[in-house]
Amino acid sequence: MRVPCPHCGERDVAEFRYGGDASKMRPTHDTGDLKQWHDYKFVFDNPKGPHLEYWQHVYGCRQWFKLNRNTATNEIIGGEK
Amino acid sequence: MTAFKRIDKQSHIDRTKLISFQFDGKMTNGFAGDTLASALLANGKTLLGRSFKYHRPRGIIGAGIEEPNALFTTGIGGRTEPNTISTTAELKSGITAKSQNAWPSLNFDLMAVNQLLSPLFGAGFYYKTFMGPFKKSWMMYEPIIRKAAGLGAALPDLDTARYDMRYMFCDVLVIGSGPAGLAAAVTAARTGARVVLAEQDFEFGGSILSSGSEELERWRKTQIAELEKSSEVRLLKRTTAQGIYDDNLVVLNHTPESHSALMITEQLRARTIIMATGAIERPLVFANNDRPGVMLASALRTYLNRFSVAPKKRAVIVTNNDSAYATAFDLAEHDVAVTVAEHRSALSGDLLAKAAQLGIAIFPSCGISDVVGEKQMRAVRLSGRHAVTIECDVLGMSGGWSPAVHLTSHGGIKPKFDEKIAAFIPGGFAKSHFGAGAVKGTFGLLAAIREGEVAARAALPECKKIKELDLPAIREDRKYSIQPIWNAAEKANEKYAFVDFQNDVTVKDIRGAHQEGYLSVEHLKRYTTLGMGTDQGKTSNINALAMMADLRGLAMSQAGTTTFRPPYSPITVGAIAGRTVAAHFRPKRLSPLHDWHVNNGATFIEAGLWMRAWYYNWAGNTPEAAYIKEMELVRQNVGIADVSTLGKIDVQGPDAAEFLNRVYVNGFAKLPVGRARYGVMLNDDGVVLDDGTTSRINDTQFYMTTTTAQAGEVMSWLEYLLQMHWTDLDVHVTSLTDQWGGMAVSGPNSRRALQLAFPEIDITNEALPYLGVMDFKFEGVGVRVLRLSFSGELAYEVHCSADYTTALWEHILNAAAPLGIKPYGLEALASLRIEKGHVAGADLDHRNTLDDLGLGKMAGKDKAYIGKELRFREDCQAPERWSLVGIECMEDGAKLRGGAILFAATDEIKGHGRGYITSVTWSTELNKYIALALYNGGMKHEGKEIICAFPLKNENVKARIVSPHFIDKQGERLHA
Repeated sequence: MRVPCPHCGERDVAEFRYGGDASKMRPTHDTGDLKQWHDYKFVFDNPKGPHLEYWQHVYGCRQWFKLNRNTATNEIIGGEK
Repeated sequence: MTAFKRIDKQSHIDRTKLISFQFDGKMTNGFAGDTLASALLANGKTLLGRSFKYHRPRGIIGAGIEEPNALFTTGIGGRTEPNTISTTAELKSGITAKSQNAWPSLNFDLMAVNQLLSPLFGAGFYYKTFMGPFKKSWMMYEPIIRKAAGLGAALPDLDTARYDMRYMFCDVLVIGSGPAGLAAAVTAARTGARVVLAEQDFEFGGSILSSGSEELERWRKTQIAELEKSSEVRLLKRTTAQGIYDDNLVVLNHTPESHSALMITEQLRARTIIMATGAIERPLVFANNDRPGVMLASALRTYLNRFSVAPKKRAVIVTNNDSAYATAFDLAEHDVAVTVAEHRSALSGDLLAKAAQLGIAIFPSCGISDVVGEKQMRAVRLSGRHAVTIECDVLGMSGGWSPAVHLTSHGGIKPKFDEKIAAFIPGGFAKSHFGAGAVKGTFGLLAAIREGEVAARAALPECKKIKELDLPAIREDRKYSIQPIWNAAEKANEKYAFVDFQNDVTVKDIRGAHQEGYLSVEHLKRYTTLGMGTDQGKTSNINALAMMADLRGLAMSQAGTTTFRPPYSPITVGAIAGRTVAAHFRPKRLSPLHDWHVNNGATFIEAGLWMRAWYYNWAGNTPEAAYIKEMELVRQNVGIADVSTLGKIDVQGPDAAEFLNRVYVNGFAKLPVGRARYGVMLNDDGVVLDDGTTSRINDTQFYMTTTTAQAGEVMSWLEYLLQMHWTDLDVHVTSLTDQWGGMAVSGPNSRRALQLAFPEIDITNEALPYLGVMDFKFEGVGVRVLRLSFSGELAYEVHCSADYTTALWEHILNAAAPLGIKPYGLEALASLRIEKGHVAGADLDHRNTLDDLGLGKMAGKDKAYIGKELRFREDCQAPERWSLVGIECMEDGAKLRGGAILFAATDEIKGHGRGYITSVTWSTELNKYIALALYNGGMKHEGKEIICAFPLKNENVKARIVSPHFIDKQGERLHA
């Protein structure tokens, strides 16, 4: 699999780390709302197909970014910084 | 009893280059261009192995990668390799080849007694028979059975050969260099694109090499010459495409001709892939079709035309399709008497005419009833109306052709059945994949060339401008015709009619699988072991699937195939590992002080990727002896330890204080400049992520330390928060872990030691109190002193640039020498902190909450911090969580052990217990073993007696739950 780093361009997946589901909004820092954090942290869809996710170019520029990856085919549909 | 001879005929062997090799201890000769198999055949050797289960005599069946039988243990020098496929192995001088699975010898194999027992050895036999009489019977029988069955043995010693790995890119990868592949490669190369042509053979040309046609040979050479002139083309012979993965990653196994590596595994990213992988001929299934001398018809043609090896006098060909006539005609033209047993009742006129012209007798509507001869076939009996016995040297069989669809299926595309050619063809091609020639079921030479060109033009739009390829001047392709015959065995002989030669699976076994309900192709495979050998059923799978489909009354398209998975052919494990073995298995991280440790008597221990000084020989020659002396040094005087492996992160920016205040559970917003604070961070889920000390250097700059183990994770986490979520915070984090080194100077005399080292700096208790931080220059080098203590003693950490860490370390050792300062290692460091009750890596299991570790009070009540919300979820607040406790041993002479399972005194010693010991040490202060542990209910049970069970050593040791702070509970030493 090749991953497009928004900073360095396309590189081998071995240079990256996966950072989880990026389709959900992180609750504001000091909400204090248990339910909201629970849903954010523990309740996930597990889609077959396009999936927006976090990736980091750990063995490169260390940039975090969002990537739309097809979970069935590993096709990269698009990325955003 | 020799069935073959080398004939005087122009071919692809070079008779000027004689090659000597050894087979089963005897010196034998062949020529350059031979395979091991062709050289053996030329020497009249046909009995070459014993079968897997029944130890039946076996010879060569094929002439390529599909060969199930003729596998040898080969070697040059001391190194050997099992299961070498002799039909693809290039003959090299000095090679030794040994037959496998025969004892004491190939000709006289004692295990052949298994043949007599064959009624017992049907599919599923082992599992049914060796189950009793007691529960673990199978475990007892298995090694004996494995020894009796089997192929070559793996090397008992370390493989000393070198294997390399390389990573490459190309525009077009063409797999296979037959007519289709050559045409595709030449067309693509003419655009100037980066083309890779991968061929598993040691010669380019595929089926052309076996054709015996001068015109095709001329065409082949012209194409190769053109490719060799193209600077962007890489021509890879001896290269097998083993698998295709995401994003067109193709793994190629390349055996270089002259290179220090035995094999090179190439990970090739191909923009487009053209598969021209050809087809593999299927055997026919009849009684004793495994006798040496019974071969694939196409193999006979290959041995004749490519290697000048012909049957001695007479050949019989049995077929259900037209392709075998090419073999019949070529053999007849080279003075071999040929008879054809033709399953079909009618044949096209051109074949009949040519056969008549060459004096070939054709028996229509018949097959083979039986094969006569054991170690070498002598005759065949025809079945049907012409039940005659014909004496012959060889029998060439053709059951049709199976396209090599393996690679097309690696992406998950299932092959589909094509009735016209009675074979599975690719079910489609992934985007940017193309196919050409026999792999698509196109069985014609000119058609293959045309398809190769079409595929290249489809793969590369740039081909529009390229002129058309010159075709060889040969006759237009004949139409291919076949009438499928999957099982040609007479019912009484089904137990001698082999489907899978390598695993000894017969028609009877397939019938058995059907009777017992193993109907699906995947169950059939696992029940009979069909297709599970090193050949992965290249000759057997389709016949077997068809028989099962027939038994079930299904069409082939409904039965389907088993799943094709990489690798396409067996790979030596070393080739997968490449250079990542031994010291290169993973990176090794070294402290800037590493060389000093090496030169000063340290013994090392791996801690994650780090090599850390474990103990020093001044204190003893075993860790058990040394760490106690080193602990005593720190408790009574002063020691120095390397702490360079700690994660070190520079946090800078106007919002740095706010950032840390959010990340840590305790407050950092108001940390004064020049002060350090111990902090704990949680994950979003409220579980402890890491702890460490962070100090404020100035208003906008902090110096964070993390544990060694979590340094990378914490850095990544901080970057994630800043880059993806808190983009409004003006903060930047920089890892200094490798750029800075550090040392702990610990013990009651540590202040005196630093005063001796830095006489001009005021480090009195007033100037540098507990948790104070001080930056100064020493001889021009920036030094940071932090008054922290991991050991519980008066202690300091001294940090500086990694370039000067060794100089600084030596300076402190020299300056404080009059005090008796000495280095201490990781074992003592970790033991000292257990006495003090500081948690570390072993205690933090990524499931602990703050309260589990007794740190709940640290968290700010009125401030927000990461993990705060979920920290208070119900299960994190449950009363019976496994929480941190101290444990002291109550038995004299007994030992506590890391990982011991903890039980209450009244419990039965059974199961998972109530907790376990996470860290353990001998306490030099208390003169007993002490430990930190996670225990159900934690400190609620303080004072209670427990049992520390260590079943591996049959130990049950009495102990007591105590406070995890074993020494200096008031912290007087820290503040001294």
